[in-house]
Amino acid sequence: MHIIVTDRDGNDHTLEALEGWRVMEIIRDYGLPIKAECGGACACGTCHVYVAPEWVGRLYPASEDEIYMLDSAFEVEKNSRLSCQILFTPELDGLRVTLAPGSES
Amino acid sequence: MSEIQETDVVIIGAGPVGLFAVFELGLLDLKCHLIDILDKPGGQCAELYPEKPIYDIPALPIVTGQELTDRLMEQIKPFGATFHLGQMAEKIAKQGEGADECWIVTTDMGMQIKAKVIVIAAGGGSFVPKKPPIKGIEEFEDISVFYAVRKMDRFKDKKILIAGGGDSALDWTLNLHPLAASMALIHRRDDFRAAPDSVNKMRGLVANGAMDLHIANILGLNGENGVLESVSVKASDSDAVYDIPCDTLLAFYGLTMKLGPVAEFGLNLHENLIAVDTEKFETSTKGVFAIGDINWYPGKLKLILSGFHEAALMAQEAFRIVHPDKKLRFQYTTSSSDLQKKLGVA
Repeated sequence: MHIIVTDRDGNDHTLEALEGWRVMEIIRDYGLPIKAECGGACACGTCHVYVAPEWVGRLYPASEDEIYMLDSAFEVEKNSRLSCQILFTPELDGLRVTLAPGSES
Repeated sequence: MSEIQETDVVIIGAGPVGLFAVFELGLLDLKCHLIDILDKPGGQCAELYPEKPIYDIPALPIVTGQELTDRLMEQIKPFGATFHLGQMAEKIAKQGEGADECWIVTTDMGMQIKAKVIVIAAGGGSFVPKKPPIKGIEEFEDISVFYAVRKMDRFKDKKILIAGGGDSALDWTLNLHPLAASMALIHRRDDFRAAPDSVNKMRGLVANGAMDLHIANILGLNGENGVLESVSVKASDSDAVYDIPCDTLLAFYGLTMKLGPVAEFGLNLHENLIAVDTEKFETSTKGVFAIGDINWYPGKLKLILSGFHEAALMAQEAFRIVHPDKKLRFQYTTSSSDLQKKLGVA
């Protein structure tokens, strides 16, 4: 299983994805620059990603906490999510996300 | 500049690891001063996730960031450490030679502390305001764009635009509104995380036409030589793009961590972390230690418990530096009446 992550320069990376991992952890473990400074506690807004349009409706909707925390991220769009709040499951095999500005480590 | 204070050890950072260092140093009779940029102890635990549970602290199956901080504060109480909060350690300088060798730590407020040992327990660095990634924003900073309010007078008769949806944004909207020539608030959605009372007051001002509320995102800043004339924005619920006239932008998007002045201390770094040995957790400079998330050594894990271990080993060497003539005797708190006396339990 894998996810495809577009970095801030527009390059695509295919990352091996493990069930039960948060998408933020998959990105961080692979070594792409993602700040994620609170370590996945939904407390900082620095693991912000844009979810590819075809995937937006296939994710669990954002919790109120996540929506609040997105207020401290930048250039937030309708497809914005915090990647620490997306738990990877087999249904998400092939998920595409793009790293958002302000999440660089 | 005030008089130089003196102690055995200056700890930079009052997060969980800096706090526990007070304990380990205290058992060896070493006195500590702590410096932290936040206005409270606890570091990330208190600032980022006070309410979130932590599950990997030995013997505490579940504890929140604030509870962990509170318990550490209780644990180190017998040692009477001095806290200097709301200040950033800006500079370290060596003084004297041989047996007289010591360090002077200077903060951004000009306070100076003299000590034999410096312990950097600064975690991810200093908490500083998040800066929006808007092109050319640097040119406007400290002239028209601000991330904090130090003196309210500075904003008298200004045409102010405040960005953000939390308590800081709302509080400053309400506080500065009476002084300002005009006031507007911009937030990406029509829902605010701030205290309901503040939100109601803000909505009242908007309803009376006393201020504007824009549900929109900032696209860019317009002006020359740092003097802001307007801010271009895009409405959140449509594709409408328009300019908001203003001469001051206050952006409140929360805090982030930057290594900050520590990077200029002249220590060997490894990818923005401070390289240390794993025997004493000393940096490339004698007498300067780094423990917790800010250090690096092969196999390093950024866990609070690693920082606790590092604090204990660091303390042994710190003792040898502060008291080169004394013999260090390793004792257990369970059996040593001497340690128990220090802890106030004997």
